[in-house]
Amino acid sequence: MRYSGMFTKVTAAASFAALIAGGAFAAQTDLTIGLQLEPPHLDPTSAAAGAIDQVVYSNIFEGLTRFGPDGSVNPGLADSWEISEDGLTWTFNLRQGVKFHDGTDFEATDVVFSLDRARAEDSTNAQKALFEGIASVEAVDPHTVKITLTAPNGNFLFNLAWGDAVIVAPESIENITTKPVGTGAFTFANWVQGDAITILRNDAYWGDAPALESATFKFISEPSAALNAMMAGDVDAFSGFPAPENLNLFEADPRFQVLVGSTEGETILSTNNKMPPFDNVKVRQALAHAIDRQAIIDGAMFGYGTPIGTHFAPHNPDYVDLTGNSQYDPEKARALLAEAGFADGFTTTLKLPPPSYARRGGEIIAAQLREVGIETEITNLEWAQWLEEVFRGKDFGLTIVSHTEPFDIGIYARPEYYFQYDNAEFQALMDTLTAETDPAKRSEMITTAQQTIADDYVNGYLFQLASLSVANAKIEGLWANAPTQATDLTGVRWTD
Amino acid sequence: MFRYILKRLQALVISLIIASLVIFAAVEVVPGDPASFMLGINAQEDTIMALREQLGLNVSLWERYFTWVTGMVQGDFGTSYTYRTPVSDMIAERMVISLPLALYALTLSTLIAFPAGIIAATRRGSVADVSVMGVTQLGVAIPNFWFAMLMVVVFAINLGWFSAGGFPGWDAGFFAAMKALTLPAIALALPQASILARVMRSSLLDTLSEDYIRTARAKGLTRRQALWRHALRNALIPVLTIIGLQFAFLLAGGIIIEKVFFLPGLGQLIFQAITQRDLIVVESVVMLLVFAVILVNFAVDLAYGIADPRLRRART
Repeated sequence: MRYSGMFTKVTAAASFAALIAGGAFAAQTDLTIGLQLEPPHLDPTSAAAGAIDQVVYSNIFEGLTRFGPDGSVNPGLADSWEISEDGLTWTFNLRQGVKFHDGTDFEATDVVFSLDRARAEDSTNAQKALFEGIASVEAVDPHTVKITLTAPNGNFLFNLAWGDAVIVAPESIENITTKPVGTGAFTFANWVQGDAITILRNDAYWGDAPALESATFKFISEPSAALNAMMAGDVDAFSGFPAPENLNLFEADPRFQVLVGSTEGETILSTNNKMPPFDNVKVRQALAHAIDRQAIIDGAMFGYGTPIGTHFAPHNPDYVDLTGNSQYDPEKARALLAEAGFADGFTTTLKLPPPSYARRGGEIIAAQLREVGIETEITNLEWAQWLEEVFRGKDFGLTIVSHTEPFDIGIYARPEYYFQYDNAEFQALMDTLTAETDPAKRSEMITTAQQTIADDYVNGYLFQLASLSVANAKIEGLWANAPTQATDLTGVRWTD
Repeated sequence: MFRYILKRLQALVISLIIASLVIFAAVEVVPGDPASFMLGINAQEDTIMALREQLGLNVSLWERYFTWVTGMVQGDFGTSYTYRTPVSDMIAERMVISLPLALYALTLSTLIAFPAGIIAATRRGSVADVSVMGVTQLGVAIPNFWFAMLMVVVFAINLGWFSAGGFPGWDAGFFAAMKALTLPAIALALPQASILARVMRSSLLDTLSEDYIRTARAKGLTRRQALWRHALRNALIPVLTIIGLQFAFLLAGGIIIEKVFFLPGLGQLIFQAITQRDLIVVESVVMLLVFAVILVNFAVDLAYGIADPRLRRART
């Protein structure tokens, strides 16, 4: 923000006076943070919109476990747990003295309510599959919950950390979409629809009190408007900055810092495995070799993004770099196509959803495919159309989409899933992986799984979506990585 | 005059009924399902069905049309699929920005266009006329979002006089709110003022060459008196038509300007609702806009009657 000269002098004089008076300045305790998408409502347990979690996750709502900035799963509202010998019974010891924002106590019955609600028959939880293996949830006493599973589940603590698994209270469920009441470090204060959401520090918070007294999420969808708002000082930080082409402006300016991290978004050239000619693995392999990932990252993402060779996040300790499996090699691609009987190439559809990685990436991929003789008819779709035509209708040859759910390699075990990969061996592997709790064995299976889908060239694996944020240089504690779609403000502070 | 109003009212109601049918049909044939949009790419089929049931999407089209129309007549616009709040509240929240913004822009545009048009017409061929024509030509040609961005760079980023956008709400005080609307209003007003000034000029030129103006001058009125007493009033008819059209446009047509200044106005609401397949919001907002347009035209019709008494008699 800039002031007129007169005003600057006045404030300077005032600050000098304050210094003499002996009071060091207290650091600023409010923060305005820009987000591109506004949440449709504020109930993370009944919609898929990442924008909801970006506001409420960890700030307003908490689950039994929670994600840390590095993607690790840490204790949340449960401070410890025991697992029975057979892996079926999980006993969670809940934190004591925790209160919801409306003053009611957080107790075992709230956990029972939340999990039963999420897995109920008429549940509208977008990630209902997370709760599928739960046989029953019981409150043993006010601070102990016993969850019985139908089969051992090595992902269970991870599943409970999702925004879709946060703990809500029956007393406040009715208005959760507009007045969310959670246990988090901030309480919901106000929402001017279309404009901003304000949250305030929860003074009754059970954990470490956040440094910020209040935070405002400001919604700015237009990339150039986001740039202007940062430059004019209208917002102090922007999480998920939508204009990567302008990041160099911020890097060159000492007033700002740029945070480049990783997300859980595997961006892939999704391929309809049931539609000829893509039912032929040779054709899919040719596709993989026809693509120059770096050119796509440079051209569509202005250099931000990590190439991937399988459907797995590179920052995960179990990640295997399989990009060598699908090196850019148009000669080889043409040879493979000829082997498959398509020496003269073929024509297919390429249906693109709205994000720029898809629209810009699609143009580049179309040009690269044309080099090896594959012609694509590009159609630009809105999300709603994409969901209907491509995702549910499976009417597509190729599409580009970023799968942003964490650890979602399991979608390759669902033959009805839109890219329709049907491999019984892989499905069996996923089943054993889910039941396995020994970390070493899990790690080994995860490696095999990555290898299998890379060898089968199920989809064209492009790059891991980068998490790009811009902030005032005096702010610290913002997450660079986005292990889940969250803007966790509990550790954010101004440094002077 | 009374029968004239009655006839206009009748046309108004028929237009509304036809509009409601067309809007409903157009919105419903667009592919895309609000429930699957809400639940994303990991949702199970049964969850989508459960949400459709909850949203009341599993009933026949006619049933939904009648619930919608009968609700609207009683002032109930239904509940948004995605936001889960009453549509009327959402519209009201956006109206407190869009309506003042449209009026602000219209006032600016009129304040600029009237004097400019009158000066250009009365001093035809002069330097003033040529510069008005040149500037307005530019005003029509410049894309208003580009002009808006230019203003943001100059007045918000470099000079720091204004915010780059956003709206503090009327709670922040009248002047703070009006200040936030100033740059957007100027951006919206510029092309409108240019069009209006040109219409004003040519309309006034036409009337000034009419016989009755010569008669008025002949009976001893000065140029100025003839202009104010006779020419201006007659020249107003086409100008009023344009103002009516512009107001309707400004109400929701400023969506690009709303995006540039991240103002939560009606345009943004409708845009967002379309992408999210929040059908009921789209239908209700468009219906409201149609209603506004028809109402404005009705008012303009009445204004014609006042400006030109011959119209009242001719149409009865």
